[in-house]
Amino acid sequence: MELVCPAGSLSALKVAVDSGADAVYIGFKDDTNARHFAGLNFADKKAQNGLDYARQKGVKVFVAINTYSQAAGWSRWQKAVDTAQDLGVSALICADMAVLDYASERYPDLPLHLSVQGSATNYETLKFYKNNFGIRRAVLPRVLSLKQVEAVAKYSPVELEVFAFGSLCIMAEGRCYLSSYLTDESPNTCGACSPAKDVRWEQTSAGLEARLNNVLIDRFDEGENAGYPTLCKGRFKAGDRTFHAIEEPTSLNTVELIPELQAAGIKAVKIEGRQRSPAYVENVVRTWRRAIDHYNMNPENFKVKKQWKDDLAKVSEGNQTTLGAYTRAWQ
Amino acid sequence: MKLSLGPILYYWTKQKTLEFYEQAASSDVDIIYLGETVCSKRRELSAQDWIDLAKSLSQSGKQIVLSTLTLLAAESELKVLRKLCSNGDIMVEANDMAGVQLMSELGVPFVSGPAINVYNARALKVMKRQGVSRWVMPVELGRDTLQDLLSDAKEMGVLEGLETEVYAYGRLPLAYSARCFTARYYDLPKDNCQLKCIEHPEGISVHSQEDDELFSLNGIQTMSGRTYNLEGELSTMQKMGVDIARISPEAGITFEKVDQFRKAINGSAQTIALAEAECNGYWFKAPGMDQVISAD
Repeated sequence: MELVCPAGSLSALKVAVDSGADAVYIGFKDDTNARHFAGLNFADKKAQNGLDYARQKGVKVFVAINTYSQAAGWSRWQKAVDTAQDLGVSALICADMAVLDYASERYPDLPLHLSVQGSATNYETLKFYKNNFGIRRAVLPRVLSLKQVEAVAKYSPVELEVFAFGSLCIMAEGRCYLSSYLTDESPNTCGACSPAKDVRWEQTSAGLEARLNNVLIDRFDEGENAGYPTLCKGRFKAGDRTFHAIEEPTSLNTVELIPELQAAGIKAVKIEGRQRSPAYVENVVRTWRRAIDHYNMNPENFKVKKQWKDDLAKVSEGNQTTLGAYTRAWQ
Repeated sequence: MKLSLGPILYYWTKQKTLEFYEQAASSDVDIIYLGETVCSKRRELSAQDWIDLAKSLSQSGKQIVLSTLTLLAAESELKVLRKLCSNGDIMVEANDMAGVQLMSELGVPFVSGPAINVYNARALKVMKRQGVSRWVMPVELGRDTLQDLLSDAKEMGVLEGLETEVYAYGRLPLAYSARCFTARYYDLPKDNCQLKCIEHPEGISVHSQEDDELFSLNGIQTMSGRTYNLEGELSTMQKMGVDIARISPEAGITFEKVDQFRKAINGSAQTIALAEAECNGYWFKAPGMDQVISAD
């Protein structure tokens, strides 16, 4: 299985390459990608440097152009595709039919991957994207159970990549507008969820309050782990209870599923976190490299090592990890 | 401009559903969408029941459209989708690319629903190639984007034989998950959810700790807490070339809204002001939950 790793900066890219990534994925410095955060991503020259570095070490570079263009911004998306082609990247990761259409028509030899933002949860959908744009790979949303992943893989006309580790999106990616309902930005339109520009922290007598565009997302007592106010992970009132009505802050960690994913024919596993630090990237990539190598050496006797779990737990949201939808509990 | 009734997004009892469509048949809408779009466990009406109901509603002289599931993963769900798509008679609304793929294989014109990500004219052109004869704008988009999109689409020659529909009333479908939030609310596992949705014909209200109404939980779907209402924008829509305004069913109030919208379309409405629990932000490129007062 190919290990696909996030790089939000040149230093993260280098660390990922050096720690054992088979491929790194990056985005350009604008709203054409789903991690459009201040201080992140690559302008042309940095992208070239990153590409050179990765290529020297035999590591592929994918470029995510995976938000949805609106009429006024189309030239940016078009330029992003052109730039990626000029750079000679290994593949584009796209979601918008318009971007896929343009890329496949203009550069028929440039490999296309369907982004998780394309929201493909079944093989009929994959057929659509293969027939229309010749995609070679699709990244599956984090909403599928292992059984469902296996079912999609069985009839998939393209290679599949699944999320292995990182922040846990519990909504079908590409079909979640919660963020633009509370703020004016969403992953689809702007490449941002619960954007930092709208976040406000305030220490009050009731506790530390986290607000998003003035809406109270959570309130933390002293000593409580106060995470980023991603709105689906807030504590809200429903009925007579105040609780994580939608989801708790946890990270996805599927290291124990490596044998099952391999058996299902999954071609690549993806580490989430272009917005995270080089230290995070180093830790997660190195641990996952070890786990995959360990599996490859002796598939029959694969066992998750405590050390891996401990290392990954250090960088997990809320310090807890879950198998998310991959296990039955959710289904 | 025509008026449509969207599919019922909530889980209502069979009786309540049938009564609703009896009323719909004699109401002032032009198009009726029906079918289960949220959760395949909701089986008060089976796929065959929906098809039969659709066929019997065709007698009303209204256009009937079968809406299909939005998040499909299981083979059993694809099976139901195939049955609906190949019904051979009633028009189909695809809410997932799987539906688009099936309809395009069948070569039958269909509707691209609000959960299909058409954000620009080029994407619409791709959909037109698949046989789309009507598209519903994704709910997070608004007036200016639509204006630009329609003008680009016109230039590309995509608009001919293509109708545009806007989701204009009702709680907004904002997200779909693997998780069932209604089951979570009851501390039940999803595979033993006891079909609790049926006890919440308007979803489960979620408030912030400061009592702002934020969301409504509807099984695996998260909806807006406030009710989207573009009644005041109908004349603008008409001028822009929108063909259809969609009213999404809300318990108890749907047909009153149908009459109000009809009056507004005919230009005979009184002043239109939003109620406190309503919003229109998306239409004005503002946060969806906002109430924006139109400058017109």
